[in-house]
Amino acid sequence: MTYLEYKIRAVPRGFRKLFYLNWPIILLLCAAGAIGIIMLTSIAGNSWYPWASAQLKRFFIGFALMISVAMVPIWFWKSMSVLAYITSLGLLVLVEFFGSTGMGAQRWLDLGFITLQPSEMAKITLIMVLAFYYDWLPDQHISKPQWIIAPLALIFLPFFLVLQQPDLGTALLIVLGGGVMMFLAGVHWGYFGAALSFGVGGIFTILYSRGKDWQLLNDYQYRRIDTFLDPSSDPLGAGYHITQSKIALGSGGWTGRGFGQGTQSRLNFLPEKHTDFIFTTLAEEFGFVGGISLLIIYSLIVAFAIIAAVRNKDRFSSLLIYGVTVTFFLYFAVNMAMVMGLAPVVGVPLPLVSYGGSSLLVLLVAFGLLQSAHVHKPRGVI
Amino acid sequence: MADRIQLNQKSYAKLSRRGLILGGLQTAFIAGLAFRMRKLQVEEASEYRLLADENRINIRLIAPARGEVYDRNGKIIARNEQSFRITVVKEDAGNIEQTLYSLSNLIKISQRDATRVIKETKRSAPFLPVTIRDQLSFEEIARIAANTPNLPGVSVEQGLSRVYPSFESYAHVVGYVGPVSDNDLKRGNKNNPLLKIPRFQVGKVGVEKHFEDTLRGSAGVMKVEVNALGRVMRNLDRTEGKPGNNIQLTVDTELQSYIQARLGSESASAVVMNCKNGEILGIASSPSYDPNKFVRGISYSDFNELRDNEFRPLASKTVQDAYPPGSTFKIVTALAALEAKIIGPKDSFSCNGKMEVSNRFFHCWKKGGHGEMDLAKSLSESCDVYFYELALKVGIDRINEMATKLGLGIKHDIPMSAITKGLVPSREWKLSNRNQEWLVGDTVNAAIGQGYVLSSPLQLAVMAARLASGRNVKPILTKSINGKNFYNSKSIENLDIEKSYLKIIRKALFEASNDRRGTAYGSRVIDDAYRMAGKTGTSQVRNITDAERENGVTKNEDLPWKRRDHGLFINFAPYNKPKIAVAVVVEHGGAGSKSAAPIARDITLQALFKGKPPLEVYPAKDRMAVLEQQNKLGKVLKELEMFRKNKV
Repeated sequence: MTYLEYKIRAVPRGFRKLFYLNWPIILLLCAAGAIGIIMLTSIAGNSWYPWASAQLKRFFIGFALMISVAMVPIWFWKSMSVLAYITSLGLLVLVEFFGSTGMGAQRWLDLGFITLQPSEMAKITLIMVLAFYYDWLPDQHISKPQWIIAPLALIFLPFFLVLQQPDLGTALLIVLGGGVMMFLAGVHWGYFGAALSFGVGGIFTILYSRGKDWQLLNDYQYRRIDTFLDPSSDPLGAGYHITQSKIALGSGGWTGRGFGQGTQSRLNFLPEKHTDFIFTTLAEEFGFVGGISLLIIYSLIVAFAIIAAVRNKDRFSSLLIYGVTVTFFLYFAVNMAMVMGLAPVVGVPLPLVSYGGSSLLVLLVAFGLLQSAHVHKPRGVI
Repeated sequence: MADRIQLNQKSYAKLSRRGLILGGLQTAFIAGLAFRMRKLQVEEASEYRLLADENRINIRLIAPARGEVYDRNGKIIARNEQSFRITVVKEDAGNIEQTLYSLSNLIKISQRDATRVIKETKRSAPFLPVTIRDQLSFEEIARIAANTPNLPGVSVEQGLSRVYPSFESYAHVVGYVGPVSDNDLKRGNKNNPLLKIPRFQVGKVGVEKHFEDTLRGSAGVMKVEVNALGRVMRNLDRTEGKPGNNIQLTVDTELQSYIQARLGSESASAVVMNCKNGEILGIASSPSYDPNKFVRGISYSDFNELRDNEFRPLASKTVQDAYPPGSTFKIVTALAALEAKIIGPKDSFSCNGKMEVSNRFFHCWKKGGHGEMDLAKSLSESCDVYFYELALKVGIDRINEMATKLGLGIKHDIPMSAITKGLVPSREWKLSNRNQEWLVGDTVNAAIGQGYVLSSPLQLAVMAARLASGRNVKPILTKSINGKNFYNSKSIENLDIEKSYLKIIRKALFEASNDRRGTAYGSRVIDDAYRMAGKTGTSQVRNITDAERENGVTKNEDLPWKRRDHGLFINFAPYNKPKIAVAVVVEHGGAGSKSAAPIARDITLQALFKGKPPLEVYPAKDRMAVLEQQNKLGKVLKELEMFRKNKV
């Protein structure tokens, strides 16, 4: 039986599709979003404005987009993969010339009705195009060097463009996401071993090049590495973020100081308290209980998504679900590791909770793709 | 077709396997995050809670009220006054220049203040108040209060500032306070956080400096919650500090003011002591200055004027300056000779005006000499040659010993600044300081209080007091601290000098003041109950050459001020029942009998009568002049008292 045959026989149609959505994931996403709204209200001094109301509006738009994307059959999105990838590359190039600058980097593209961060989009479109590629590629070719070149190029292009902005954090996440896709597709272990040793060598070279004529990174990036390794070395300068963030987290204790009672955020000791560092406020006001709750919600999303991926017999769908899951995982894992002082400070938001349009919309659209793959999966035949 | 499905099955299995490996890695990472969260939030929570509180809680010190200083009768000498200052907050004011301009229409704002304010507001956070002017009067405050709507961001703050209501009278005794300098910080108490309070003031000289720790008190603490920029969000807690201790001095303000006025514009100083217990009743140096000017921050021109004045108003001449004691030192020589039993009171020498000692002539101040002299006469008429003779027999060692017994050459411990030790020379001193052997001529010079001998007015007063009471009195300036007595008058022992010898000297001094031929006869008191016993001194600050002696010694009045003799006088009174001892030094005032003795008499009588003495105690021929002077000083003192009352 061909793919086409079961497609027509077993896929739900019309509004019936709503019943086939992966509802646990949707509910968990809403729960995370709700936590975000609560925290944004608290940070604004128990006020709906300026952040919570805007965020709620965006969440509804994103939610509607997610459902709409989920309703569209996955084979349509599959056929759009390459186009989407090329579009996002084009936007990344555009941002290079017309992007607006913020926080020392050109990341945003003003489309009039929305400011877009093409690097966020690129994460998803890269996953789509890699899923498409490995779905198309016959199994016996997967680990052959000539068939490795194409996916590497697909990963390198957005990586390079994002690095130009410069946004090291997102660029590394793109590489990680792409690498995980190649790993899932079944590329031989040896390649990853080689990449790992190459990466370690690269890091060593980067550190070694410091202060030499051929220094590879900007000074500010080296300083971030320094302060990551020892935040106390510069408590008022670059290490300020990490130190204050750890203080906020730690002072929360078991149950936290209560809604709106976090002194670290209320008195402005925390930087970026409504965006990248929002987790510190959550942990300060709701303590270990609050922090671990959010972590559990995230973990459940990942778990349900992996189950959905394993149960999906369609290779493109399965790869896409894994890819979206990994992207989501990398968001919150890197963000939390960062505020806990386990990773350097990179501009990665806490998914669904941090204030910010682009990442929220892109993420919900990605979960829409995941749902579409879930709704339109091959059922009962094979 | 089946082939394709087969392959799909195989790749599906591989994908699932890899997917589960990935899931495992993710689970491990999430577990790591959870453990980290537990470590920060549960295990190290209290530590981070503390750090968070350190972040948000700012401890501000509240300056304690400085202790006050009183005189022996409880009259205030140094106190704290509610002072007003105006500050401006930039973020409320908006345009600082505009605000300053509107303000300058209401009160005086100097160009210096204006530029300082503009500079400070640019530098500090916009919500921090910057002081525009300090020490505003009530009237100025009222004017500002009436115009508050036009002065956004301007507010009036209250504080305490030091006030010295007696103005110049106590400048050298109590001194003044001023802002903390680097020097103050260096002096050991660097760690006292109080010193870092902006506008905190510490004692700079005199009692204020000596008793700094006693007067200062301890700081109160105010806990405030601040945000990351340092802006105060709310007050959390406030503990008041402990005010400083009050100090009562032994001085009598009325007498002190009188002495200050009596010394007038002369470069002079006077000390009045209770001769039984050593309490200093008055200790003044003139000219003086207004310590209040220093509290406010004295202007450069005012300070330069004080510094460059030939009469040195900033110097506290009573304790800080040492003069050759001149003939007043003859008391020491005489007592040393008596103690050594070298002479009896009846032994006499003949004075013919000069004496040759190792090929050098030593002259008597009286050309032609005094004729036959015994000890009493030589003291009362102040014959030099008699003491030259004595010196040769007594020797410097005994003179030195006696001087120390009488309180010369000792650094007396009273809470004033820069107290001098003076100098009572000895063989060892000359050898180690001048690298020369002691010569007989040095002894001869020392015997009449010239040469190396140097004494401060305070030391001379102590000598007079010891002579009068026969007790080993030490000068006392601090009566009590916070009502607790600071010294014990019962612990004063008798002087280690034969009483009968002291009596001889006292009698000789009585004659100096009351015998027609005595050097201080001109400044006698005619009421028996108040008669003084004193000794004049005239100490040279120049050498008189032989040629000058031939042509007649130049009169003091014809010399430039700086080269005139110092006039000294020490006395105690009443002679029958000594109560007080007085020392007066008039710098370059000429003969002690003419310059210092009249002042000493007025001061002595003022102290004995505790106010204006009746004219009847003065000899008839002096009464007109005394009356005139009493009226003049009365006016000055009345005016001063009025100012005082205004300030209190």
